[in-house]
Amino acid sequence: MGTNAASGALGADEDPRSASWPNHANTIYNRHPGRFIVALVCIAALAAFVYALATNPNISWKDVAFYLFFPKILQGVLVTLELSILATVIGLAIGVILAIMKLSHNPVARMLSTLYIWFFRGTPVLVQLIFWFNLAFLFPKLVIAIPFTSIGYMWDTNTVMTGFNAALLGLALNLGAYAAEIVRAGIQAVSTGQSEAASSLGMTSAQRMRIVVLPQAVRIIIPPFGNEFIGMLKTTSLVYVVAGNDLMTNASQIYKENSKIMELLIVASLWYMLITAVATYFQEKLEKRFGHAQGVSSAKRTARRVGLGTAAVRVIETQAAVQLTKDGQ
Amino acid sequence: MTSTENEPVVIAEGVRKSFGDSEVLRGVDFAVAHGEVACIIGPSGSGKSTFLRCLNALESIDAGRIRVNGADVGYTLRGEMFREWRLTEFAAFRRDIGMVFQHFNLFNNMTALENVACAPIKVKRTSKRDARERGHALLERVGLGAHAHKYPSQLSGGQQQRVAIARALAMDPSVMLFDEPTSGLDPELVDEVLEVMKGLAVGGMTMVLVTHEIGFAREVADSLTFVDGGVVVESGAPREVLANPKHERTKQFLSKVL
Repeated sequence: MGTNAASGALGADEDPRSASWPNHANTIYNRHPGRFIVALVCIAALAAFVYALATNPNISWKDVAFYLFFPKILQGVLVTLELSILATVIGLAIGVILAIMKLSHNPVARMLSTLYIWFFRGTPVLVQLIFWFNLAFLFPKLVIAIPFTSIGYMWDTNTVMTGFNAALLGLALNLGAYAAEIVRAGIQAVSTGQSEAASSLGMTSAQRMRIVVLPQAVRIIIPPFGNEFIGMLKTTSLVYVVAGNDLMTNASQIYKENSKIMELLIVASLWYMLITAVATYFQEKLEKRFGHAQGVSSAKRTARRVGLGTAAVRVIETQAAVQLTKDGQ
Repeated sequence: MTSTENEPVVIAEGVRKSFGDSEVLRGVDFAVAHGEVACIIGPSGSGKSTFLRCLNALESIDAGRIRVNGADVGYTLRGEMFREWRLTEFAAFRRDIGMVFQHFNLFNNMTALENVACAPIKVKRTSKRDARERGHALLERVGLGAHAHKYPSQLSGGQQQRVAIARALAMDPSVMLFDEPTSGLDPELVDEVLEVMKGLAVGGMTMVLVTHEIGFAREVADSLTFVDGGVVVESGAPREVLANPKHERTKQFLSKVL
């Protein structure tokens, strides 16, 4: 810090006392040796683990590379993606309906919704998958018909409940129960003042929901729902018990033939990790996009951003003003 | 509406309302004439906000009668019987009554202009072009023409409340209700909102205003009603009530706020 008395006592930088204040040049900072040791131990442990894995004679990395792009594995990846996306979309639709039922004035609708959520959250998804796959034991034929007439269609349950369809049904119905709770929380997080203002302008309850409440609830719902989708990507692996032709089913079919269990589990894990990473990337983009318009959930974040913005503008203005004063002198 | 010019726009008679065990309104009588600015004051918990919310049926009443623009609020007379309004009838009734809230309640998912143009488009079926044009004009009128594209969180409290007033005006209401419109504002932002409200009053708008702004009541209001314990204690011309309160409770209250 220079103490140039000739330039006058304008501004904090030129304050002659500042040389005696703590600054980067004259201060000794804490060193945190503990952090360094912990980091070293962690790296050593990780290195040992990677070394043990890489040099393990029981893992053939060549086979991992071979099966990574094996056609049957790639088909499995596609089915896993298809299953996850369809189950999430259908689950979300079920969730919105259940959430609105749960918040309705109709006690029967409320009770049905509660019952559904209890049942599907209360039983393991594995049990539900096997149940749907074996639906033919309960109902050998599925019939859609107008009552008391002969107009309608009939299917053989076993041809409808393929591994894929049973998996889709089971996963979607299950996710619907969790989605219902997320959507309900999102709707309730939108303040009652919003709906009152909409009411006072003459909107009907359906308009209030569609125009004011749901668009704001969506922003609150997206982050937890992204997590549900990422969870779903991996839950689909349970589908292998009903032979749904997903990634895990196909990987297991290969290792049952050639006994390269570890190699194929690594192949499957690599694909799951890749898909999850991509999904996480899109979830973050989606969050940013929906956080752009000012919602309840993002209000604080946005306020902070706007605050920073105006502060920055103020700094620039101040600098410009300082510049002007200096030029004037 | 078919009401004659002489009939008050708002009439309340013996209005009672309870929340659970506590009776908030214990028989309120109240009237507002066409073009009148009526202020309601009173301590917190006196029921003044609840009463205002009853006027546009945001709250139902337990007993008594409220008539707005010559129609019973909440019921249609069918011979000897009253039939309760359907939800769509409530919605249609509220189109004609503007309301401004203490906490603004602007729609957070819309810009200032969208807030103002939304209800005319969705409720009144005005064309988008006309609604946006009108919205711009209303925002100009409340001094916010340059802020049309901003979201509520980017506006100050005073600006938000002015947008809220413009939003209510966009429906061309016959009455405007204000529920403590300046109580949620920083002191330096109160005047810009009161200024807009004064402009409305001068323009002949019928207004019912629950407020703590005694100065505004004295200067702008045509009538002042003091409410305490769920009943109207005293009402009359603002200068008269403020200068010579007749009841002990009014005197006590005014001595605290003046």
